[in-house]
Amino acid sequence: MRVTYDKAEANKLISEVGAAPEMLVQILNAFVENFSYISEEAVRHIAQELNLSRADVHGVVSFYHDHRTEPAGKRLIKICQAESCQAMGSKALTAHAVESLGVGLHETSEDGEVTLEAVYCLGNCACSPAIMIDGRVYGRVDAKRLDDLVAAARN
Amino acid sequence: MGNPTMVFVPRETTAVSLGADEVADRIQSIATGVGAAITLVRNGSWGMCWLEPLVEVDVDGERFAYGPVSVGDVDDLFKAGFLKGGEHTLKLGNAADIPYLKNQDRWTFRRCGLTDPISIDDYRANGGFDGFLAATKMGTVGILEEVKKSGLRGRGGAGFPTGIKWQTVADVPADQKYIACNADEGDSGTFSDRMLMEGDPFCLIEGMMIAGLAVGANRGYVYLRSEYPLTRGIFGDALQAAKDAGWLGENIQDSGFDFEIDLHIGAGSYVCGEETAMLESLEGKAGIVRYKPPLPAFEGLFDNPTVVNNVITLASVPDILVAGGDIYAALGVDRSRGTLAFQLAGNIRHGGLVEKAFGLTLRELIEDFGGGTASGREIRAVQVGGPLGAYFPENLLDTPLDYEAFIELDGIIGHGGVVVFDDRVDMAAQARFAMEFCAIESCGKCTPCRIGSVRGVEVIDRIVADENRDANFELLRELCDTLEEGSLCAMGGMTPFPVRSAVKYFREDFTRPPGAEN
Repeated sequence: MRVTYDKAEANKLISEVGAAPEMLVQILNAFVENFSYISEEAVRHIAQELNLSRADVHGVVSFYHDHRTEPAGKRLIKICQAESCQAMGSKALTAHAVESLGVGLHETSEDGEVTLEAVYCLGNCACSPAIMIDGRVYGRVDAKRLDDLVAAARN
Repeated sequence: MGNPTMVFVPRETTAVSLGADEVADRIQSIATGVGAAITLVRNGSWGMCWLEPLVEVDVDGERFAYGPVSVGDVDDLFKAGFLKGGEHTLKLGNAADIPYLKNQDRWTFRRCGLTDPISIDDYRANGGFDGFLAATKMGTVGILEEVKKSGLRGRGGAGFPTGIKWQTVADVPADQKYIACNADEGDSGTFSDRMLMEGDPFCLIEGMMIAGLAVGANRGYVYLRSEYPLTRGIFGDALQAAKDAGWLGENIQDSGFDFEIDLHIGAGSYVCGEETAMLESLEGKAGIVRYKPPLPAFEGLFDNPTVVNNVITLASVPDILVAGGDIYAALGVDRSRGTLAFQLAGNIRHGGLVEKAFGLTLRELIEDFGGGTASGREIRAVQVGGPLGAYFPENLLDTPLDYEAFIELDGIIGHGGVVVFDDRVDMAAQARFAMEFCAIESCGKCTPCRIGSVRGVEVIDRIVADENRDANFELLRELCDTLEEGSLCAMGGMTPFPVRSAVKYFREDFTRPPGAEN
């Protein structure tokens, strides 16, 4: 799934967000949104553009959960693991997802189809448990609904 | 044919998570097909989440609600003549008359659900920007006076008096000051910041403008968590609409006041909800907490004096200036004045947002508004105030919701999140999770939080496995003391709250034979 680093696209993202050190978190967010992860090349490139050391950039990348350093699968599924969802069966739902998708939490399937991640609260707590598929939140998700949503996302 | 019929379908996250977009599309397509003239408004949510997607129809000025509507119900609603308020099993009457809503004290959320969130005209027609216009005439002293009089305290969780914080920043001489709004709403069981920003975003913008006027700041930042993508879109649109209409930018409405707001997005870190970690993140760095002092009021964003306030705190201010601080302060009890937007979550039948004056009991909130558990089973534990809040057993539900009453019970009200668990919960597992969460989310700067949380998980595992149980209970107690007293911020400092309360009120979950089920 590793794609060639598109330096022109990267430069565009950096200039759109603003090539300043205080925009580093926002730039990294934009990279994750566009490339699904932050590669070693991206770290080098951003450091150069912002006049920071690679260690500076790496320190920020390694701090934030969103700043993935491996490419995500085609479908990104996040399941809430926080208290409100726990109270409505998120642990069993997660176990079902791991079983049915054949990937563990924070893993990508070998065929690159799907990445499964934990998330701590999607703010949909009145209709727990909640999941997010490719940036979209779904509420009151049981095993059947999860299967249906995953199947729909794959098509 | 008269004017097109107004149909409201929320664009808010919870409604959308249950199919509101599909419902809206279906309504539009059938209306087009049958030649019915409608104007579809994507409003905010009233906060009655269990009724979402809640569709409303304006019939001669009265708004009839139908819900929960699934996409499969739409054809049937048209057949029932819902555009004229026709009878249907999903008809709920006027939304404002539903007891859940009617029995609230809506202040900060009074427009949420009512209006089109990104329409400046709608906002103005419902009293929007009146607070700002009043503020331009009151000046710093007048604004601070009203905010102090209101008794408003920080709604993010810490409960610090807002007027005093603003006064401090106002008194510091500096060329550049900032208003930094904390919208990193990471506590499980909370969603009021999100609902306000999705349902009435101009209200937050107005609150920030007033804060800017009060302290002499012309620049604001909103730090919004990345888990809220819809909020980002709606709030971004609102910022643009405010700029286009001259409510942000230079010389706003000829007041001579300039104000700009930038929206920054977080990156999945819970600790960035701590104010100094948030400031670091706004500066583009890792969200590692700062030592205090200096307080952000003196040296905040880019070392300049900064007001850091939660979304709800700021959004409560415009109407305080319109109505007067004393009107707001007339609500509530003791030192908890005004209203709080409580959020009912977890295993709850009628989950949603309930804005009430302080002083009602937890039981009234959970039973009268929430209708008990979703599962219909007994309530066993209630966590109030997010992952750093205490767990309460059923027999403490008559505690009044007021900051000091909760502190007395070694708990917090925090940001107003209430998560209900039924009798199947394993409280030793919840205590273990509190430590585990702290280990995952610790910024790593101080040892008690970084290491103590990892040790906490291990000690709880040993207790549950019946290894030297008594000695390990004692070790856990000491560990909690170390975390509380030695941590730099609330992450490590308050993780003991859920842990200790679980041990205190639900000890039997820690002491059953290893492997035995609850």
